[in-house]
Amino acid sequence: MSSELTHLDRLEAESIHIMREVMADAAKPVMLYSVGKDSAVMLHLARKAFYPSPPPFPLLHVDTTWKFQAMYELRDRMAAESGMELIVYQNPEAKARGINPFDHGPLHTDMWKTEGLKQALDLHGFDVAFGGARRDEEKSRAKERIFSFRTATHGWDPKKQRPELWNLYNARKAKGESIRVFPISNWTELDVWQYIARENIPIVPLYFAAPRPTVERDGLLLMVDDDRFPLAEGEVPVERSVRFRTLGCYPLTGAVESQASTLSEVIQEMLLTTTSERQGRIIDKDGGDASMEKKKQEGYF
Amino acid sequence: MTDPIYVTDALIAEDIDAYLAGHEKKSLLRFITCGSVDDGKSTLIGRLLYDSKMIFEDQLAALEADSKRVGTQGQEIDFALLVDGLAAEREQGITIDVAYRFFTTEKRKFIVADTPGHEQYTRNMVTGASTADLAVILIDARKGVLTQTRRHSFLAHLIGIKHIVLAVNKMDLVGYDKAVFDRITLAYRAFASEIGITNFTAIPISGFKGDNITAPSDNTPWFKGPALIEHLENVEVGAAADEAKPFRLPVQWVNRPNLDFRGFSGQLASGKIKPGDAVRILPSGKTTTVDRIVTLDGDLDEAVAGQSVTLTLADEVDCSRGDVIAAADNPPEAADQFEATLVWMADEAMIPGRAYWLKLATQSVSATVQAPKYEINVNTLDHLAAKTLELNGIGVVEMSTDKPITFEAYGDNRTLGGFILIDKLTNATVAAGMLHFSLRRAQNVHWQATDIDRDMRANLKNQRPALLWFTGLSGSGKSTIANLVEKKLHRMNRHSFLLDGDNVRHGLNRDLGFTEADRIENIRRVGEVAKLMTDAGLIVITAFISPFKAERELVRAMLPEGEFLEIFIDTPLAEAERHDVKGLYKKARAGQLKNFTGIDSPYEAPENPEIRIDTTAMTPDEAADLIIDRLLG
Repeated sequence: MSSELTHLDRLEAESIHIMREVMADAAKPVMLYSVGKDSAVMLHLARKAFYPSPPPFPLLHVDTTWKFQAMYELRDRMAAESGMELIVYQNPEAKARGINPFDHGPLHTDMWKTEGLKQALDLHGFDVAFGGARRDEEKSRAKERIFSFRTATHGWDPKKQRPELWNLYNARKAKGESIRVFPISNWTELDVWQYIARENIPIVPLYFAAPRPTVERDGLLLMVDDDRFPLAEGEVPVERSVRFRTLGCYPLTGAVESQASTLSEVIQEMLLTTTSERQGRIIDKDGGDASMEKKKQEGYF
Repeated sequence: MTDPIYVTDALIAEDIDAYLAGHEKKSLLRFITCGSVDDGKSTLIGRLLYDSKMIFEDQLAALEADSKRVGTQGQEIDFALLVDGLAAEREQGITIDVAYRFFTTEKRKFIVADTPGHEQYTRNMVTGASTADLAVILIDARKGVLTQTRRHSFLAHLIGIKHIVLAVNKMDLVGYDKAVFDRITLAYRAFASEIGITNFTAIPISGFKGDNITAPSDNTPWFKGPALIEHLENVEVGAAADEAKPFRLPVQWVNRPNLDFRGFSGQLASGKIKPGDAVRILPSGKTTTVDRIVTLDGDLDEAVAGQSVTLTLADEVDCSRGDVIAAADNPPEAADQFEATLVWMADEAMIPGRAYWLKLATQSVSATVQAPKYEINVNTLDHLAAKTLELNGIGVVEMSTDKPITFEAYGDNRTLGGFILIDKLTNATVAAGMLHFSLRRAQNVHWQATDIDRDMRANLKNQRPALLWFTGLSGSGKSTIANLVEKKLHRMNRHSFLLDGDNVRHGLNRDLGFTEADRIENIRRVGEVAKLMTDAGLIVITAFISPFKAERELVRAMLPEGEFLEIFIDTPLAEAERHDVKGLYKKARAGQLKNFTGIDSPYEAPENPEIRIDTTAMTPDEAADLIIDRLLG
């Protein structure tokens, strides 16, 4: 029998090794769970890494109250199935001020997500947070370490990151400092999809094409997911067969017109497509060219 | 550019399931590209991504716009802009860190570490190379083998990369001249054999024009070898070799969901394992057999090098994180003194004698490094005498750990031979190392157990041994107070010994000066002497400036918990300088005395000393009483 491991086998083994390594030095780890396909893979890997024990950390969903309904449904189901504690955090100030993507633009992401995440980590005293970011997503992430250090104020200094050699991770830190760990750093979008197919991992149905009520705004197709969506005078949602390549807040996430209703078809469309994954997201384009790098220095995941 | 290797769209469109079935079986090759600033490295990587369709239309549109705005290729596409990530670098037009890129061909999936060519970034290249199976060394055809080429080749070889590709780039700029290519290949071969590289593959390419990247180029009909991608797709890498080695599994985590299950989780560093195989747990040496290989997908019949698994054992043996489960008949050795090659990665130079954390596989121990036997000049490969290693310095050193670690030579096993050193105070990763072998003296010098132990000696004296470690600026009053403490102890019939800084320097430490390294060795020796004396049952009192936290912590770690009492004689610098009984501050201020603490050498005040004496608030006599109260109370 040829026992040569495939690239997916090697990626899986590496991710599991990283998750277990965190347990050696972490006082209070947590897994960030955003309900997207990357989070689905992360949760699955965590269950594999610690089986037969349940993963020895809770899931944290930094909620904006503006996610798709279907995401909330899958989130609650997966938390129950994995036997892990689910912590849902909503920034109380954003809630009180009614911050929303329609009226507040970039402030929406800043307050609900960036600030919300910092508050949640501080509130619970989590010292290590697992995230599902991948190096193939965006240029500044290609240089991100697997163990990424944050100052006590959650800042990221690209010059102060520790060199990572072999599979040796230095997870030592001073009081107040925290680490973001990205176990699927070396996965690509195709790897994630193929692994979901191979392992039969449940994902939000929004990734598959179906007739959905949509309107067109600034070149993006937005789904009218609930009645908070402010329609312009005379604007009527149009039913289109659409799906989503990434999932976030529904008013900020552009759909693509598609007929791909199975995993194979979705992968097929992904491989033949000509635009990159993050293009459907508005967030990258604030502040021009280096916007993700800037967000990261401010503490955005 | 269309090329048969990448015409997969048809298959994807027609039979996606067949495509995915094929793709799922692809293997993985990790490689690094090394070259100097202008060798066209980023351009080559950009080209690989572009040709393998890893660049989408929106990225391409942005690339075209950027190329015109800040590109260096006129109106043509500047592929380098695709891979230069961080904002500051893009403006300077250089890459300053390791970046990882991904692409896939028909046969393989690739992870590329893009590492910079500047001399000051040896650190980054070693980092990128540590996970690579293959290195692509880029040479500008117009310039030939340069100093940087030698450096990159040496580093790739040092880190154990077996497959070297010499990519002679910019062939378009020398008219695709065979003679140029042959001359460079010949020159490289001469150099490579000098450093022990016996085998490499030379390919004439143009990253900019795309020659010999994905397919043989019509511009080089004289070249009969493979195109770059073809070579990368077919080169045999070491997975099979790792499996052929003896079984080793460093234990990462003990899996204990309930009282009925105890599993040991880890990634196989080498070899393979089946239920029923005999294994030995190191360092304890206990033997047992493997009962099950447990995964979420069900038990496995076999696990091989590279897999992450959980093992259960047939017997209840002690085993925890840091232990290594190994083939019973062929276990690795354990030792506490080694020779190793170190690559220094921190701005702060190596300090011989200082204790660092050493992490090797899942083991973490305290380690001290001696002054290098020699440093290697990466440009000339000469061996140079050195007292320390600075950032990007590479040297061969002897080192010792505070307890034995299970290891193998780096050349035999990267996982059990590669390690990092971590600064105990800043937690920064300061060095990468590769173990060569254990030192004979570690193998042959054993601890001699004595019949009378330290408790028996202390009981006879009717006291608990302790080390009262005074620290503070010169002139703060350490010696005065320490002396008073000993006088009072003596009156109370306590057996003590005062080790005074100046006195020790007249004898035991007369060979040491006042450089940072010598001051650390001074403290280390005093610590060892004090430890022997506490073993003898004495209350030891020391009065040394001991300005560095790391050394005070080193001594603390030598003693049993609770026996080290740090006493911080807290006197403001101005106050100490005003006293200046020995006239040393005056000399230091005049520049006649170098490395003087508080003047041109730092004093790192203790954060949580056992006792703090504020000399502006109490007399030496009061201070001595307070210390004795705390010691005996």
